[in-house]
Amino acid sequence: MNQKTVSGILLDEQLELSLNDLCRACSRSAEWVIELVEEGALEPIGQEQSRWRFTGSSLRRAQTAMRLQRDLGINLAGIALALDLLDEIETMRAQLRQLE
Amino acid sequence: MDFKDYYRIMGVERTASQDEIKRAYRKLARKYHPDVSKEADAETRFKEVGEAYEVLKDPEKRAAYDQLGANWKAGQDFNPPPGWDTGFEFSGGGFTGGDASAYSDFFESLFGHDFRSAQTGRRQAGFGARGEDHHARVQIDLEDAYHGATRSITLQHPELDSSGHVSSRQRTLNVKIPRGVKQGQRIRLTGQGAPGLGAGQAGDLYLEIDFKPHGMYRVDGHDVYLDLPVTPWEAALGAAIKVPTPDGPVDLKIPKATRSGQKLRLKARGIPGKPPGDLYVVPQITLPPADTDAAKALYRKMQQELAYNPRSKLGVETS
Repeated sequence: MNQKTVSGILLDEQLELSLNDLCRACSRSAEWVIELVEEGALEPIGQEQSRWRFTGSSLRRAQTAMRLQRDLGINLAGIALALDLLDEIETMRAQLRQLE
Repeated sequence: MDFKDYYRIMGVERTASQDEIKRAYRKLARKYHPDVSKEADAETRFKEVGEAYEVLKDPEKRAAYDQLGANWKAGQDFNPPPGWDTGFEFSGGGFTGGDASAYSDFFESLFGHDFRSAQTGRRQAGFGARGEDHHARVQIDLEDAYHGATRSITLQHPELDSSGHVSSRQRTLNVKIPRGVKQGQRIRLTGQGAPGLGAGQAGDLYLEIDFKPHGMYRVDGHDVYLDLPVTPWEAALGAAIKVPTPDGPVDLKIPKATRSGQKLRLKARGIPGKPPGDLYVVPQITLPPADTDAAKALYRKMQQELAYNPRSKLGVETS
């Protein structure tokens, strides 16, 4: 039994992850992440690749992308579309909750 | 142990072709993928479909499964007949699930052992792999987002002992919920996922924040909404009243001629953060009941003296 109190990192918009952090969290290569950026599925802060910074929501999108590719065999262009649609559905669900 | 009807899970006939099975799998996997589906049992269904496909896509395993006969019903108590797999050889090839311990006892009893040895063999040959990430959801109160909190969560993990048996181990973690968390945000606990293999690092634990529905407040991102009942005279004349907030009561000035449904903003009284959210008070004008002679007389007096027609814009008279 582990009873000590642990604190984690809140994955919010203040968080800044490097390309390397993102690769590690998704168990994928830098090339894979770069391809997602080229598809417009991830939007890093900064110009040069070596200085890219990703927020908590980029991490979530990248991990969802990783699972969609692994489990459903979707290509990266399809994943970019799926991520946008999932975001849109989430926004609409939140609006629905407000109306209930 | 319950018998699992893989054909029924997949929604196909026992005579289905490999192509039909693949198509059925693709469709169900998309439907129940936990990133896509919001159904409560999506993850369970997704795993069940994955397990069914693991057996039915492989002609060897499918033939062995078919040999059990068509008379079994889902949920029926099942033990594999002795020597049921004579004449079949499971190479472990084509195993794509990645984690044999994620499958049911039923699957394990039929195919588990051979897989596991094939898996372990392969894994030990490498130089170690990073442990899997785990995901869990933690329910908090809105007040916890204002003040921060500590939540105790219990996690189950499958463990593989040296003889290859899978057992479930329980672990309790006390986790700090930081002030300012929002609905759906995640907290990463590095190294609290599954242990790594060989020299590999442990995986991470991701906790998703879920607000319990609140009796008074509604939450939208970092903003919070409160429906506030007010009297007609407070709304008409303006008033200074006390309103509750998750941070304790505050004084609010209701301007005169306030309407129902209007939004009165209390700046930075929403969920704290950079920037903090706002609290919106939405007045709801409520009428005192006309249940005494004095109350009825007052309403009559208003009717006579105010000459108010709320339907003037609709082009009709008051009566």
